[in-house]
Amino acid sequence: MTPIVELKSVAKTYHTPVGETKALENLSLTINKGEFISIVGPSGCGKSTILSLIAGLIQPSDGEVLVFGSPVTGTSSKIGYMLQKDHLFEWRSILSNVYLGLEIQKKLTDENKAYVNKLLDIYGLADFKNRFPSELSGGMRQRVALIRTLAIRPEILLLDEPFSALDYQTRLIVSDEIGRIIKKESKTAILVTHDIAEAISMADKVVVLTERPGKIKASHDIKLSIDNRTPFKSREAPEFREYFNIIWKELKTHESESY
Amino acid sequence: MKVKAINYSKDHLKYLSAIKRREKIIKASQIFILVSFLLLWEMAANFGWIDAFIFSQPSKILKTLWEMALDGSIFLHTGISLFETVAGFLLSTLLGTSIAVLLWWNNFILRVTDPYLVILNSLPKTALAPILIVWMGNNMKSILFTAVLMSIVVTALTVLNGFQEVDQDKIKLIESFGGNKKDVLIKVMIPANVPTIINALKVNVGLSLVGVMVGEFLVAKAGLGYLIIYGSQIFKLDWVMLSIVVLAFLAALLYKMVLILERRFLKWRE
Repeated sequence: MTPIVELKSVAKTYHTPVGETKALENLSLTINKGEFISIVGPSGCGKSTILSLIAGLIQPSDGEVLVFGSPVTGTSSKIGYMLQKDHLFEWRSILSNVYLGLEIQKKLTDENKAYVNKLLDIYGLADFKNRFPSELSGGMRQRVALIRTLAIRPEILLLDEPFSALDYQTRLIVSDEIGRIIKKESKTAILVTHDIAEAISMADKVVVLTERPGKIKASHDIKLSIDNRTPFKSREAPEFREYFNIIWKELKTHESESY
Repeated sequence: MKVKAINYSKDHLKYLSAIKRREKIIKASQIFILVSFLLLWEMAANFGWIDAFIFSQPSKILKTLWEMALDGSIFLHTGISLFETVAGFLLSTLLGTSIAVLLWWNNFILRVTDPYLVILNSLPKTALAPILIVWMGNNMKSILFTAVLMSIVVTALTVLNGFQEVDQDKIKLIESFGGNKKDVLIKVMIPANVPTIINALKVNVGLSLVGVMVGEFLVAKAGLGYLIIYGSQIFKLDWVMLSIVVLAFLAALLYKMVLILERRFLKWRE
């Protein structure tokens, strides 16, 4: 089976008038269909660059990015991107916000509208369709942002620290909810985060990056001995702590190296 | 939002009535200042403290209003100035916003024109009015042009600044859905800057009035500005004062209209 996403010795350099920055160097990564992988790394190590490359928003300086076996040349409706903040448009109602992607892709058909309305109903937003974003809590807003992403029926979800703007309590609840939704809709997901616990609790595999320029330092398949795994329950698993310690040490060596 | 009065405690009712009383006192003070100013002016003229020939007086202004209403001339002058002002600020807001879109769309043009825009923005536009009149002739076109010129550059720069302050991630969001620059403009830039554009409109009401006055001072054969300049030349100060009073009402009315527009467009803000 061909992997759904494949990065082959990818490098990315950013150019600015004051100099150039190597964000990624010789990075190879394979993601299979239905997998949920988390990418952790020190800040500024090019984590988000990986997502932008897969999304087709930028092109690699070197190497190859393959999605569904063919090189990425631009954005694709098979990929959904979820950003750090929800970025709901304050001037649009909730319903109109979740239609955004469909509008842009000119796919605002009755069938798709019905699908989006069903998603809002299932995930507890039925009564808020005609409200404005400012009337919703941070957690609800992030759920709306996920449904806006799911509306275009992507097969791959890119999550760029989507919970980092939330307070700790909300963050645990929302990451649990969103983890379940993604499982239920059986999507492939790539989560970028600096929160080790979050990375382990949600993912089948955690990839640890080095400092800039980012390369893969380690990769861990997460196997937890609990039934009906959810992000919330994962934190209770006996192996959770072990994974946490290993990854924490791997990231910590970077910190000490820089001193 | 209105709060319904339901089962409030005594303390809260007391608090509410204290607020209400304070509001009443403020309103009363405002009216008091206006009324006493008018009375004082009237008395001063009647008792000869000031020369009513030069300073006019409220009763004479009212009388002039009545006469000019009877022969219809005040409506003509007001109507002309109102039309020029409204046309002026609508045109300058529309054109200024269009320039902002162009500059946002094409960074090369933005970079090239930047120093010129900065200078044009600081230049007192009224200085250009006499040239415009020479070029365009002794007509309403040059008044409109002066009115538009007053605010077009500052509108373009303000709206452009609004465009540049939109969160880059909102653009990234549109791009991640496969949207192009036109989508970014229509889905994000314009709607996100409706408040900026309406604020520009508010400022432009005042600037457009200034432009219309300057234009009418220079060329007009009718309009409130014409009435002011002509009245002062033939020492009909009643005309001048009446025109200023009407101008004040006009300015207030136009501002109110923009506020209504704002409420209509910014429902989501409440």
